[in-house]
Amino acid sequence: MSAINVYPQRPETDARAESPLHHADLPSLVGKGRKNPGVTLREKKFLGHLTLRGNAHDPAFVSGVQQALGLELPVALTVVASGETSLQWMGPDEWLLIVPGGEELAAEQKLREALDGQHIQVVNVSGGQTLLELSGPRVREVLMKSTSYDVHPNNFPVGKAVGTVFAKSQLVIRRTGEDTWELLIRRSFSDYWWLWLQDACAEHGLSIAS
Amino acid sequence: MLHIFCPHCGELRSEEEFHAAGQAHIPRPLDPSACTDEQWGDYLFFRDNPRGLHHELWIHAAGCRQYFNATRDTVTYEILETYPIGARPQARAQENVPQLAVTGQGEKV
Repeated sequence: MSAINVYPQRPETDARAESPLHHADLPSLVGKGRKNPGVTLREKKFLGHLTLRGNAHDPAFVSGVQQALGLELPVALTVVASGETSLQWMGPDEWLLIVPGGEELAAEQKLREALDGQHIQVVNVSGGQTLLELSGPRVREVLMKSTSYDVHPNNFPVGKAVGTVFAKSQLVIRRTGEDTWELLIRRSFSDYWWLWLQDACAEHGLSIAS
Repeated sequence: MLHIFCPHCGELRSEEEFHAAGQAHIPRPLDPSACTDEQWGDYLFFRDNPRGLHHELWIHAAGCRQYFNATRDTVTYEILETYPIGARPQARAQENVPQLAVTGQGEKV
């Protein structure tokens, strides 16, 4: 192994942790709102986010990632998932790995072991971003008024993920199911997105899931 | 609104996702300390301002966050092509051929 200092960044026990939308107190809003909501919002908090960089043209890198994660390196604008773990293309030499909370250290060690000696980078960015899951029959309409990117199913099939301009700011949109979409947002923007989504979903009815 | 083709994402994206980052194909002198003040000043500060075709550096800031080159007509704003850094442009203006082969300068620009 190289001399890179890999250490657990998640406090073991009893440490108070606040998700990016802690201040919005989402748990207290669960079950409130309209009967048949068009959009259901869920904050997927405290997941492990790892940025992986390397050379996609190097067969050793491709097979190393496959060996460490059991996931094939996704091609441009796609996300592959297995259970709660997902790997997303962010750029020609950059991917985002999202694992269940608490597993990020093990995932990082496995990656470093499988890619030992290669010119790669693995960075834990769990504290900097979070996922918001939007589900329901009206999600696409909320997206349509927020972004100029074409979210029609012809252009945005399940499994696609794009970084784009959204409500004058920037985020990543991932489509994980027919009516399920995820927004990958920066922590410092979380209040802005929360306010924006409340306003954008108002006409369709917004409910919060825990 | 313009749609610009990102060579890394492989699809047309809205103009607001991009930023222009100035002239492309500016080779950095391999040995800066051997340059005269005039050569170094030219490299650092002087840029073309053509009427017509211009090779430019752009970044897909809101998407894949990668730089690429574009050939744009400064009169009509038509973007003739976009291509990855290191590739040679297909469309070139006569007076605006990138000087890639000058001895003593970096090649991958």
